[in-house]
Amino acid sequence: MTTTSVPSSESWLEVAPLQARDALLGLLPESLHWIASSVLAIAVLVGAFGLMFAYLTLAERKLLGRIQNRPGPNRTGWAGLLQPFADAVKALTKEDIVPRDADKVLHALAPVSLVALSLIGLAVIPFGRHLVAIELDAAVLYFFAAGAATELSIFMAGWASRNKYSLLAAMRALAQLISYEVPLLLSVVPVVLVAGTLSTTAIVAAQGGWAAGFWPHWHVLTPWGFSAFCLFMIAALAESNRSPFDLPEAESELIAGHLTEYSGFKYALFFMAEYFGMAALSAMAVTLFLGGWQAPLGWLEVLPSYVWFAAKLLALLAGFIWIRATFPRLRIDQLTRLAWKFLVPMALLNLANAAFWSLTAGWSGPLQAVRWAVSLAAVVVPFLLLSRSLFSGLGPRVYRYAPS
Amino acid sequence: MIGKGLLQGLAVTARNLVGSYHDPDRYTTIEYPEVKPALPEAYRNFPFLVAEKAEDPLGTLRCVACQICEKECPPQCIYIVMDRDEKGKARMKPKVFDIDTSVCMSCQICVEVCPFDAIKMDQVFEIATDERFNALLLHRDQLAKTNTYFHQIHPTEAAEVDARLAAEKKAAEEKAKAAAAAKAASAKPAPAAPANPTPPPAPAP
Ligand code: SF4
Ligand code: SF4
Repeated sequence: MTTTSVPSSESWLEVAPLQARDALLGLLPESLHWIASSVLAIAVLVGAFGLMFAYLTLAERKLLGRIQNRPGPNRTGWAGLLQPFADAVKALTKEDIVPRDADKVLHALAPVSLVALSLIGLAVIPFGRHLVAIELDAAVLYFFAAGAATELSIFMAGWASRNKYSLLAAMRALAQLISYEVPLLLSVVPVVLVAGTLSTTAIVAAQGGWAAGFWPHWHVLTPWGFSAFCLFMIAALAESNRSPFDLPEAESELIAGHLTEYSGFKYALFFMAEYFGMAALSAMAVTLFLGGWQAPLGWLEVLPSYVWFAAKLLALLAGFIWIRATFPRLRIDQLTRLAWKFLVPMALLNLANAAFWSLTAGWSGPLQAVRWAVSLAAVVVPFLLLSRSLFSGLGPRVYRYAPS
Repeated sequence: MIGKGLLQGLAVTARNLVGSYHDPDRYTTIEYPEVKPALPEAYRNFPFLVAEKAEDPLGTLRCVACQICEKECPPQCIYIVMDRDEKGKARMKPKVFDIDTSVCMSCQICVEVCPFDAIKMDQVFEIATDERFNALLLHRDQLAKTNTYFHQIHPTEAAEVDARLAAEKKAAEEKAKAAAAAKAASAKPAPAAPANPTPPPAPAP
């Protein structure tokens, strides 16, 4: 939370978090304000996202259940609302097993560092008009640097367990990291290019306003932005080890991958980190492409900005869950193939597309239509050509011996 | 178009998600302890003893303690002791009838061999106990259940059994009547007709 003074022209709800912070800080002496405000920001972030993690696990289980035509957890508390806490108690009371030959220090450090690294990315996300923990000039860079380090923790876990399955999982995780870090970053570059800044608050501010009064200036609503958003979400799925890219913990092949030798609370920490990572990447996607805390229409601004941010974030997270419930896992060769042969070329072309977009920013009238058409063609044509050439001859599968 | 399959897959899961809220064909879960599942009629697990009257189940058991089932039971989990009066004469009913359900393998052989339709298969599946040995050893009083109950759980089989028993009873009565009539007929001209080829049948037991 920045230390800007509270503007007076805004609605009460919009500034309520700031006023609450100022009221709390007022209880402390002036010399402690700088640290107290940081600690407060951390506490709020960890508290809010911790609670969100708890209910995200419940939502995921409920949604997966419904998609598989069963009710999901509904016994603990009203409609299962206390289930996350029952799970927490269970995880806390389980025995913590460390393999005899494991590297004890690394083994214990891996889950902790994973959670920490998944969390620190959240510091630069603007959750509302005035709600950003730290305003960095290179926030986007910082975010992805922190995100990339999480794969190192997974490797740590795999290596320290001294288990073949864990090690295989760790190697897969690294292959995945190298494959998907590239398209992830390449899909972000166009946004930075068009917005002309690496600061998340400035990127959100650049997406404010409406074209023709109803079409928000969100990046996802431009051809290059939509393409970049799709690439980003695919790469984000892979980055957060979610299905269909959950190869590091492919339970049918690797028991539980890098989680094999973890139990009790350490296991819960990995679980938590996965959700934090997913939430952080979704929050970044919201910030970069979906207009951050901006309301979709002018009159909808009666709701405070952080509500809009939360709504977009939850929608993306529900999308993650939906995808998990639908798609089967990829093979490692398919995974790297998809990254290098499809996502990276698409992202590079998209970069050129975004460059064209920002060069033609001054066009208006009929030229505006030309601008849209060219940009759209620059997305659709390569997509069709690439996918045709890449995936031709791959299906449908013919079963020679089994009756179809 | 590339990616069409992915969208189709997403549509399938979305249809399931929505459908599970309003379509009972999709939502197949039965929330068991509150809602009991409807068991198929042929479902069976452990045997019970058929009694005629609910007021006096032990007195009206169909079982005559012939011990055929005890001998036939493959895992030997039935134990029967005949009830005898002071003189040692069999009362034709069991004093002890135990089935060890921890051993019983639900094969239904006891049901098939019983000549008196006295033992049938039950449908009680909530058999968890907090004691491993004695609680799983069912005694006569736990095993005795009424014919009405048998009708409830296996209506087809029970109707068939009832019809057969009634027919047998009727046949036996007619036979006894015929025998009595024959006896009466043969009693009068006894000295006149010594060449009666067949002896009168013994009265039915
Ligand atoms: S149940 Fe049937 S076979 Fe078994 S002792 Fe009784 S009458 Fe005989
Ligand atoms: S069902 Fe089979 S195992 Fe069980 S008591 Fe009858 S004969 Fe024995």
